[in-house]
Amino acid sequence: MNVNYIFSLLSVIVLFLLAYVGVEAAGFQILFGVIIPYLAIITFIAGFIYRVLNWARSPVPFRIPSTCGQQKSLSWIKPARIDNPSTKMGVVIRMILEVLFFRSLFRNTKCQLKEGDKLSYEWEKWLWLGAIAFHWSFLTVVIRHFRFFIDPVPSCLQLLEKVDGFLQVGLPGVLFSGIVLLAAVIFLFLRRVFIPQVRYVSLASDFFPLFLIIGVAISGILMRHFTKVDVIGVKELTMGLVTFRPKIPSDVGSAFYVHLFFVSVLMAYFPFSKLLHLGGIFMSPTRNLANNSRRIRHINPWNYPVEVHTYEQYEDEFREKMVEVGLPVEKEIAPTISEEKE
Amino acid sequence: MGNKKQIYDRGMVVAGLVIFVIITTFPFWYNHGKASPVPEPELTDRAKAARECVEPKSVMRAKHMQLLNVWRNTVVRNGKRVYVNSKGKSFDMSLSNTCLDCHFNKAEFCDQCHNYASVKTYCWDCHIDNPKEIK
Repeated sequence: MNVNYIFSLLSVIVLFLLAYVGVEAAGFQILFGVIIPYLAIITFIAGFIYRVLNWARSPVPFRIPSTCGQQKSLSWIKPARIDNPSTKMGVVIRMILEVLFFRSLFRNTKCQLKEGDKLSYEWEKWLWLGAIAFHWSFLTVVIRHFRFFIDPVPSCLQLLEKVDGFLQVGLPGVLFSGIVLLAAVIFLFLRRVFIPQVRYVSLASDFFPLFLIIGVAISGILMRHFTKVDVIGVKELTMGLVTFRPKIPSDVGSAFYVHLFFVSVLMAYFPFSKLLHLGGIFMSPTRNLANNSRRIRHINPWNYPVEVHTYEQYEDEFREKMVEVGLPVEKEIAPTISEEKE
Repeated sequence: MGNKKQIYDRGMVVAGLVIFVIITTFPFWYNHGKASPVPEPELTDRAKAARECVEPKSVMRAKHMQLLNVWRNTVVRNGKRVYVNSKGKSFDMSLSNTCLDCHFNKAEFCDQCHNYASVKTYCWDCHIDNPKEIK
């Protein structure tokens, strides 16, 4: 038993009960269907901007990119243009590959003592695989949901759903992204529970978003395949939200409100948590800086003007005394007028 | 530390945030504040006369696709053709002969909600132009 994940699990269960009881027993449809989603999206956007601007205010005095290849130096030494970028172009390509394919995670290795005291580094791709499956399926799920927010639905979204449902299992068809999302997020959770080193560094703030996303995925799959909700009513509500004419349809099941509440909590929690690596990845100095420290002078932005007493000033002050005791001076004492005449 | 008010790389940061806001508010500006009215599938006279569908309206609304899937599998795989509903009434398990007998107005009935919710059905891949099955 670990207090971190028990605490997180309990908070997600409390959130579920809040929404379920709130809608089923108390009839707070307007609160959970309109007010909370609006507050959540405002918090999400405003919080995101606030945090990013806060980061942007932190000076980055020196270039600190992680250098994963040969630095650009002499013309006959081949540089690693992407892994140790010296130009803006190289940085952009490295950034794109990082954001879309998690290359730094791909380099993950497992460090172990083997055969007694032999240190070994082992190929370890499971975290990368779980992460990439999770992020890409989550993106697909989010884009797919735009069918509830757009009217009429463009054909590219219909194509996406068709590709996503290519298995054609059951009706309504099982969507691949939903299954992958749930499987991947459960894998990422179990990883934190079963690998001792990872469990040791896992906090409640690591488990809570995982449980919350598991809750979102399960409530969504339940709604689509098992408990069923009135999809037309759902779209009536969501379209009401995005056109600022909120409406509460009469007979949308409480499973929908639970789902919506989970998503609202996720959005509101997002900017103030580790989930903001969505914005943070673009702001990370070890990724977004070109390694050009040896070619371009970077001046520490918080350098303040320092009052210095240069040697010239020093000599000006003490020249006569220096000459008197026979110390060498850069500039001789200005000759007198009488000498000049001679 | 230093001047906390200054934003470094202002151009890049602001551009990134503008893209972020445009993407996250996409549904709000894409629809221009307009939404088409909630569809109301039209019932034919025959459907009105029958008063109730195979199962009660609320069940049909939420679960008709599951029912059709069960019907298809039962007919094709088990060769059984009779469906007994929750009230003990028997129906022939056939989209063409039972469902479409009343709801022969696909455009005004089926398509209304399916288009609204962007649901692409593959019923019509086989059941073209509402053909009657030949027994």
